[in-house]
Amino acid sequence: MTSHHRRHRRPGFGGEPLRFRFDGQDYEGLRGDTLASALLANGVRTVATSAALGRPRGIYASWTEEPNAIVQIEHPFPEPMLQATTVELYDGLVATGLTGRGRLSDRPDPARHDAVHAHCDVLVVGAGPAGLAAARAAAGSGARVILADDRPIAGGSLPDTAETVDGVPGAAWASAVAADLAGRPDVRVLSRTSVFGYYDDNYLVAVERRGEWGGQGRARERVWRIRAGRVVLATGAHERPIAFADNDRPGVMLAGAARAYANRYGVLPGRRAVVFTAGDSAYAAARDLASAGVEIAAIVDVRQAPGARWDGAEILSGHVVTGVGGDGAVSSVSVSDGREIQADLLLVSGGWNPVVHLFGQAGGELRYDEGIGSFVPRSARQALEVAGAARGVFSLSGCLEDGAAAGARAAEAAGFRAPPRHPAPRASDDGASDNGASDNGASDNGAPDADEPVAFWLVPSGDYRSHFVDLQRDVTVADVVRATGAGLRSVEHVKRYTTAGTAHDQGKLSGVLTSAIVAHAIGADIAQLGTTTFRAPYMPVSFATLAGRDRGALHDPVRVTSLHDWHVAHGALFENVGQWKRPWYYPRPGEDMEAAVLRECRAVRQSVGAMDASTLGKIDVQGPDAAEFLDRLYTNMMSTLKVGAIRYGVMCRADGMVFDDGTVIRLADDRFLVTTTTGNAAAVLDWMEEWLQTEWPSLRVYCTSVTEHWATVALAGPGSRDVLAGLAPGPAVDAASFPFMTWRDAEVAGIAARVCRISFSGELAYEINVNAWDGLALWEALHATGAVTPYGTETMHVLRAEKGYPIVGQDTDGTVTPADLGMDWVVSKKKAGFIGKRSFARSDTARPDRRHLVGLLPADPDFLLPEGAHLVESSTLPEPPVPTLGHVTSSYRSAALGRTFALALVSGGRERVGERLYVPLGGEPVPVTVTHHVLYDPEGARRDG
Amino acid sequence: MLLIPCPWCGPRDEAEFRYGGQAHVAYPEDPAALSDEEWARYLFFRDNPKGRFAERWNHTAGCRRWFNVVRDTATNEWVSA
Ligand SMILES: [Zn+2]
Repeated sequence: MTSHHRRHRRPGFGGEPLRFRFDGQDYEGLRGDTLASALLANGVRTVATSAALGRPRGIYASWTEEPNAIVQIEHPFPEPMLQATTVELYDGLVATGLTGRGRLSDRPDPARHDAVHAHCDVLVVGAGPAGLAAARAAAGSGARVILADDRPIAGGSLPDTAETVDGVPGAAWASAVAADLAGRPDVRVLSRTSVFGYYDDNYLVAVERRGEWGGQGRARERVWRIRAGRVVLATGAHERPIAFADNDRPGVMLAGAARAYANRYGVLPGRRAVVFTAGDSAYAAARDLASAGVEIAAIVDVRQAPGARWDGAEILSGHVVTGVGGDGAVSSVSVSDGREIQADLLLVSGGWNPVVHLFGQAGGELRYDEGIGSFVPRSARQALEVAGAARGVFSLSGCLEDGAAAGARAAEAAGFRAPPRHPAPRASDDGASDNGASDNGASDNGAPDADEPVAFWLVPSGDYRSHFVDLQRDVTVADVVRATGAGLRSVEHVKRYTTAGTAHDQGKLSGVLTSAIVAHAIGADIAQLGTTTFRAPYMPVSFATLAGRDRGALHDPVRVTSLHDWHVAHGALFENVGQWKRPWYYPRPGEDMEAAVLRECRAVRQSVGAMDASTLGKIDVQGPDAAEFLDRLYTNMMSTLKVGAIRYGVMCRADGMVFDDGTVIRLADDRFLVTTTTGNAAAVLDWMEEWLQTEWPSLRVYCTSVTEHWATVALAGPGSRDVLAGLAPGPAVDAASFPFMTWRDAEVAGIAARVCRISFSGELAYEINVNAWDGLALWEALHATGAVTPYGTETMHVLRAEKGYPIVGQDTDGTVTPADLGMDWVVSKKKAGFIGKRSFARSDTARPDRRHLVGLLPADPDFLLPEGAHLVESSTLPEPPVPTLGHVTSSYRSAALGRTFALALVSGGRERVGERLYVPLGGEPVPVTVTHHVLYDPEGARRDG
Repeated sequence: MLLIPCPWCGPRDEAEFRYGGQAHVAYPEDPAALSDEEWARYLFFRDNPKGRFAERWNHTAGCRRWFNVVRDTATNEWVSA
């Protein structure tokens, strides 16, 4: 289909017709179109609806700066909030116009996304004339160069214009240079790649769009994380809007964008146009549009004496556009001379703003340039160069020259010797160059007339309610004036008050305009006001792209023990502890969690159970000073431990708060095995190394993580001795020969094992450690006895809570001392010094109202308290704030007690034993009785069997 | 993503490191000799300058060594290693 708005086929794309659907209507476009150019080609002018005011909106720009034409892709995969100007058309695309808000997909994204890490000597951002010249100069030095550009084809704005370089069309020159660069071994040319973040130490992040949905099974988008020796920012410029009445109507378009639709896409965005400009570049746009077939009705130039001349249309100099006519889209344009000109297109050009976003993200400082009426880079903080329009050089020849120089500087700064410069290419410089601009005295038109405004932002009016500043956020000049009227002076404050610049276009077009309007409203100098802070991302990036492959099972590493497959085969449900999968409980058919856990608890208390404890952290501590080291680390004495014996220990931070606990096994005079909680294993090793390296470098101690080397099985219950004796006939296992808190080497079921007599349940128990690869054989041998019930972490938690054993990280939270836990006994009075000792003498750690670990028995023995619930003094709540006495840290149903119970940290808790407290849970506060924290077998009679 | 100069491994990505706070805060020789206030000062008080700051880093995912470095906290420039 050749629509009446399509003049010719886009060169370079073959012109293959593509079908698409927009807002329920079927259309045809051509390969190489964006959704926006295809819509314009089909005469579609109203594309979306504004978010706050519900006004019709059309296509305003031609690339990432678009604030209006926000669409939702419906097919092939739902994607919200895309700019129609950046969506490359493909066959079968289905899209709808949005009203400020998109819809996320309710199904998983089927596309793959990937990430690439890259290093280079010189990264050039932008493949316009300046960027291409920079990349060519840098590549000529032998430097490794990456050239990243967000467009499908190289050239920046060259394809938008009719300019020539070295006598050939600019677009053809650009593709030839890009192809030459891409053919060099040390150069990587990335097209469709938007650099969206510039972080510290020249770390830049880009997203590369690799094509259509489902294309050849490869990743749809890739994130590039690039560390560059030197960066050249050749990011171009955005045309600046002007605020006037109804400047948001469909048919109002940036002049350079209209020029791009005509030249790049062969599309006429309208039939009859009025041009409203403050500079010369719009004249070039008018010329190009006229030769493409658009009737230019008039050029309204705010300047009394425009620098540019053109006899193709009437020039109304010294005038402004005061408004547009038409219910929806533009049908006429009102001019300050009183005329109303029939037109369906109003082209606007208020000047050009260098794209300094990445420069700003990199910590660079800007200055206001009177000559272009905008902000340009002043001083950089990182190792970068800025070239071309991005620093206010707007002529094509200037950009080529500037880019080559920047590329050579960057290569030299990166340690390469740039070759002698090519003679600069001859550019046509038709007064509408790289970014269409050489306006207002920038480069090749000389200084503007002293009486002329160098920048024009606002058409004065008595009513500013439809003078739009930020089209996407529906922010008007009236809104900005209201903000300054409320006393706001900083552009940052005005931004937050009005939301100007906060939409997903991040104010690319509205930012400088907002600063100008604020300056105008408060009579300040825009140079002093500056801009708001530039932050990544430069353009919207999807979460799926950032996540890449780190989704689902690959989101985080999963650690499993050598017994994992057995647990799975026997129906275990798993609990995540850090990255570990631990068996939680093993439900039998018909059992819910409560029934399964009560059964497992009964098995351990009455016969024998086995738990996979392999995830406990294990650190091998060796060296002549190992004992001294552990004495300094633990609150209790470790150096007196005899070889063959085991001691429970607590580590505190220097502030005296419990950090970790576990057992210490003495293997030899100079060798210990330290166990840690599952979640803290890495932190404890880090802690040991920190002290050894930074405070005690003279200690000869070496710490090695051996967690994964061992499979560890806890065999617990009154029947455990018989089970062990049956499998390990060698050593005597009676209480006298194998006392509590000792270990020995033994053969268990024919497997070499280290057996420890320790207990975390209060029952007679053994911990059997074997090589990880023997774990399954041991575990199966234990179960082959028929006497052993497997139990999981939930049962382990209940059993230890019945005994009042705290779990670090559950019953403690970094504000709890050993004394708070009722464990004064674990703090040595004899040792001269250990980490945390001084803190136990602080007045704060001696406060009587510190929170102590206590037990709680709900008055209703069937009521299970929620963990985290707070405790209060009385059954009637006072007015808020209600003083809380503490909170429930663990809460379970106990088979042994025949009721529910809980552990809690309660202010002055040990003095409150026997007291009644209350747990407010929304309804009537639940009464509970405070008890000692050891609720089961307080005399410890069961641990010897 | 800072590029942190590990004295053993050279410049490496920040993700490989753990931050260790202010450098040159030695564990007191004799904690028992300190007043509560002096001890609290050691425990809880650290400088937070805008500008040059001597700080500790640990190359946890590399050589696992602790080292000191001076960073400008306003610009993230490495002043000296
Ligand atoms: Zn290192």
